[in-house]
Amino acid sequence: MIELTINNIKVKAEEGMTILEAAKTVGISVPTLCHLKDLNPTGACRICVVEVEGFKNLIPSCAYPVSEGMVVDTNSNRVRRSRKTIVELLVENHPQDCLICVRNKNCELQDLSERYSVREHRFAGESKNHAIDISSASLERDPAKCILCGRCVRICNEVQKVGAIDFVNRGFSSIVTTPYNKGLNVSDCILCGQCIIVCPTAALREKSSLKIVTNTLASKTKYAVVQIAPAVRASLGEEYNMPAGTDVTGKLVSGLRRLGFKKVFDTNFAADLTIMEEATELIHRVQKNENLPLFTSCCPGWVKYAEGKHPEILDNISTCKSPHEMEGAVLKSYYARKMGLKPEDIFVVSIMPCTVKKYESARSELSKDSIPDVDAVITTRELVRLFNMAGVDFTDLPDDEFDNPLGESTGAAAIFGTSGGVMEAALRSAVFLITGKNSDNIEYTEIRGNRDIKESTLKIGDLELNVAVVNGIGNVETMIKKINSGEKKYHFIEVMACPGGCINGGGQPIHQKTENVIKRVKALYEIDRLATSRRSHENEAVKTIYKEYFEEPGSHLAHEILHTEYFDRSR
Amino acid sequence: MNTNVLEKFPQNDRSALIPLLQEIQENYGYLPEEVLQQAADHVGMPLCTVYGVATFYNQFRLIPLGENVIRVCRGTACHVKSSANILFALETALNIKAGQTTRDKLFSLEVVSCIGACSIAPVISVNDEYFGRLAVKDIDKIVKKYSARKVSVSTANENQES
Ligand code: SF4
Ligand code: SF4
Ligand code: FES
Repeated sequence: MIELTINNIKVKAEEGMTILEAAKTVGISVPTLCHLKDLNPTGACRICVVEVEGFKNLIPSCAYPVSEGMVVDTNSNRVRRSRKTIVELLVENHPQDCLICVRNKNCELQDLSERYSVREHRFAGESKNHAIDISSASLERDPAKCILCGRCVRICNEVQKVGAIDFVNRGFSSIVTTPYNKGLNVSDCILCGQCIIVCPTAALREKSSLKIVTNTLASKTKYAVVQIAPAVRASLGEEYNMPAGTDVTGKLVSGLRRLGFKKVFDTNFAADLTIMEEATELIHRVQKNENLPLFTSCCPGWVKYAEGKHPEILDNISTCKSPHEMEGAVLKSYYARKMGLKPEDIFVVSIMPCTVKKYESARSELSKDSIPDVDAVITTRELVRLFNMAGVDFTDLPDDEFDNPLGESTGAAAIFGTSGGVMEAALRSAVFLITGKNSDNIEYTEIRGNRDIKESTLKIGDLELNVAVVNGIGNVETMIKKINSGEKKYHFIEVMACPGGCINGGGQPIHQKTENVIKRVKALYEIDRLATSRRSHENEAVKTIYKEYFEEPGSHLAHEILHTEYFDRSR
Repeated sequence: MNTNVLEKFPQNDRSALIPLLQEIQENYGYLPEEVLQQAADHVGMPLCTVYGVATFYNQFRLIPLGENVIRVCRGTACHVKSSANILFALETALNIKAGQTTRDKLFSLEVVSCIGACSIAPVISVNDEYFGRLAVKDIDKIVKKYSARKVSVSTANENQES
């Protein structure tokens, strides 16, 4: 333990802590911009400077470790003045767009400007003027709003290890962009949106789909239905100041009804359906010993990554469409027929924690006769805007229930939203599909949690299945090396592009707190724990759909409607 | 491409990046896009980071130089003697901005900090020739002089496109 003084308060800190962290333990908040928890500090922005006795210069607290007897002032006039100057310079080189900005009231630059009472334009002059990149189906890049903190670059390079964007040029013409400043659509970007989550301003944001959704809801001819991904119900509450990890399923359903959706369905239904198809696929492949290991296909970010960087393993990726695409496909086939609706009249909106799903829904394979399975994808954040626009007071909404039959689901489906969940759900059902009996075990804790790669072995009779969970696309190269090394034969591998899984997706509420993500995960496991049925094969609606329509998992019709294909998109 | 350029450098070694880029530029006169990609793969870094490095240092160029390189001095003495106007006149005459090359690849226009010929400010250089005490009205003449030379050089194929 080290003792130091911060703002005249005696502080006990652990060795190796930064001044910033030590200050936080006693409730002193120091502003940061370039700092990212768990990554090495770069000390680039200087907004976190403090005064330390014995030092002539101000010290960046995010990068400087505490030492015995240190005397720190985080709030001297000099500190405040220098922080304010930094903010003023940033503000002056930033479009004065707050009133029409998507991050209005949720912007770190705005907060800092307020915190340091910036009330005049002191540094009027030339400001940068970069074009907006709207080339991708999921993300917009607006480098004029970029304050060059570098957080997106570090997430993309060091955490996701995609390396799609970086600092380019120098000095006044510095810009965070793609190679040759080309559109994101032709870059290595997998559209995961992790960079949006960390961006302090609106320089990175999702491409909005609100207009088409509101127009469709107003249309007399379209039959607008909506589905909700598992992860959304555990995070949306945060946008309404509810404690992180509040399950808001009931309110969500009634809110969506008020928006005018004819039916409100649950992507969890299709998650159960996915398990039936994917577990069956796994069993077939293991029996024939071909195209192993099988990789999951729920995450379109992972699929895009594989298509771009590892075309050699495309045959190993499950041909199952991702759950919301399955739900859409079922809605426009089975459900349309059952209800006497024309597929082209149904408009399926998916509420997703994810930005890649926007791109995914536009893939032409995920359509039938040019009618897309899913017509529009909106993120958790966009849903809040939709509710606000419609005057839906979310906190006061009553609870309501999903429409059936595509609203019924099991606990296994709920945990799809977290890393390891798809695998766990598949294991629960694989045992049944092979032996005809349920396993005693229902919770596979060794593949839960936040480690980078999680492994387990499942014994079913003489059969030993080696499974692994890749938690974040940044770990996938390690996994592929492991597979290629041949040290162990893997059978089934789950990959989620976002660290933690969909629950931490690029479309989720913007926050800087890891605690929130952990609480969201807890909420999903809680939904599972309390569910009356916790195994996908016990979903009655799923059973019915096989009886009435698909006959059995992996049938010809199931392949036509629920499965897809992948393409080599490498350079 | 010339794979032997790459072979001179160890694979997956980030510290080899700058010498490697220098070598490529030596070979090609600039850093062609495909070669930059190969260089990135060779040192095991994302293309974007390599591109970032290439754009950070002034010594690297991403577009081939034109046949004639015009350098406009923007040092203090030239600045005082209105070199900004000279630059503007050149940009207008060539229809490019500083740092660019004309579509017919005849001219590249660059800005330099000081040529070291302050006594004849404002000054520009074209290839190895210097032109001092310039006025805006001189620019057209100089540009014409070098455009004229071009005729003897065959770029027939390229010109057909336009
Ligand atoms: S969306 Fe993901 S891959 Fe694309 S730039 Fe952002 S972090 Fe990188
Ligand atoms: S785009 Fe956003 S996160 Fe990236 S450097 Fe700019 S301000 Fe920072
Ligand atoms: S937050 Fe410390 S230097 Fe940027």
